[in-house]
Amino acid sequence: MSTLLRVEDIHKRYGQEEVLKGVSFEMVKGETKVVIGPSGTGKSTLLRCINRLTPADRGRVWLEDEEITHTRTNINKIRAQIGFVFQSFNLFSHLTALGNVRIAPTKVKGMKKAEANRLAMEELERVGLADKAKAYPAELSGGQQQRVSIARALAMFPKLILFDEPTSALDPELIGEVLEVMISLAKDGMTMLVVTHEMGFARAVADEIIFMEHGVIVEQGSPSQMFTRPKHARTGEFLHKITELYGETE
Amino acid sequence: MVFKWEWVSGLAKGLPLTLEITFTCIAVGIVLGVLLALARVYGGRLLRMVSGGYIQFFRGTPLLVQLFIVYFGLPNWGIKLSPFISAILALGLNTAAYQAEYFRGAIQAVRGGQTMAARSLGMSMPQAIRYVILPQALRLVLPSWSNEFILMLKYSSIVFTIALLDLMGQGKRLASRNFRFFEIFIIVALFYLALVFVVSQVLRLIERRVRIPGLGAEGEAR
Repeated sequence: MSTLLRVEDIHKRYGQEEVLKGVSFEMVKGETKVVIGPSGTGKSTLLRCINRLTPADRGRVWLEDEEITHTRTNINKIRAQIGFVFQSFNLFSHLTALGNVRIAPTKVKGMKKAEANRLAMEELERVGLADKAKAYPAELSGGQQQRVSIARALAMFPKLILFDEPTSALDPELIGEVLEVMISLAKDGMTMLVVTHEMGFARAVADEIIFMEHGVIVEQGSPSQMFTRPKHARTGEFLHKITELYGETE
Repeated sequence: MVFKWEWVSGLAKGLPLTLEITFTCIAVGIVLGVLLALARVYGGRLLRMVSGGYIQFFRGTPLLVQLFIVYFGLPNWGIKLSPFISAILALGLNTAAYQAEYFRGAIQAVRGGQTMAARSLGMSMPQAIRYVILPQALRLVLPSWSNEFILMLKYSSIVFTIALLDLMGQGKRLASRNFRFFEIFIIVALFYLALVFVVSQVLRLIERRVRIPGLGAEGEAR
């Protein structure tokens, strides 16, 4: 399988604190990777360094054979191929659900309005929200907003979607509907890099789990290996604690 | 107290000019104000300084002085403008400075995640501003912007000082002929009052038309 994403030795410093101290990993097409770790260990920063929403201080990232981190790279063209799902949804407040999903295909790709409408409806259907097409973000529940934001990412036919704690801002009873959508995406072969505390999700669909702490990858491996016989004591400790805290909801 | 209907029709002759000046200035002010605000928020150091200086100057000096500089001052430099153009220029540049400050506040009130989401989808910064930031900012700004519109309507009355026959100019002319200053200026005041009423109703209607749930002063601030 060919490498879709290659992250090499990413460093990022905020003032005195180095939040990423050389992170490297690769993803192949169709793979789902879950990044876990205590808060403040640079997981979200890592995601943002990948599509340069936050510029990395050092290190390189490739999407297939294009170097994202190269200054000459047209970053907008790269970002159009990488979906990003935010913890706080960040739906465009002035647009309906349909408008939110439609805007990037029309404005970034120049798609015709009728075609974009059809596409947007399809994507809304895929996340189970076709009936909410005309609703504004403020009229939707958190879970619905996050599903629209996933549809918004999907409408660009991304090669990869980055999820930054997509369920952390949700009420517990709304987490399930979002995870369900994500699980079905993973099963459809979407390449996904997911920062989350949802161990049930990790167990169900992750091909690999990356455990990060203090700006470095401590350990990475398949869920069964990580859960049953982690190489580092710290990994086991963290997994144990997080599973207790968040349970195994799927 | 004396009252004559012919006064009312005489004063009404000034109405078109008052409206023309107000609307043109507001339009000039929107375009220039948005550009100034964008320069202030997104511009580099130089752009920020230029627009900041512009805003400081026009907000820090009296409108009447600005009008006199344009109409009486510029001819000393060989630039002779008609009274109407002078009025548009002075009032337009002035309201642009005030509007820029309102726009700036509104642009900055749009939540940061909105820009980030737009950029994450591959929009350039100008696209993000045009399709995401401004549509929200303009809705947020409407209430305070409406105030500026109404202020402009009233401030336009200073153009009588450069011999323009707007509502105020007609009033001055009429009163100085028949010396019924009290009655005439009361009628002038009532004209302005009616204008302000109509304009604010229309603006409120627009506010309601473009309102989006969860966005704007009347939506719950989140």
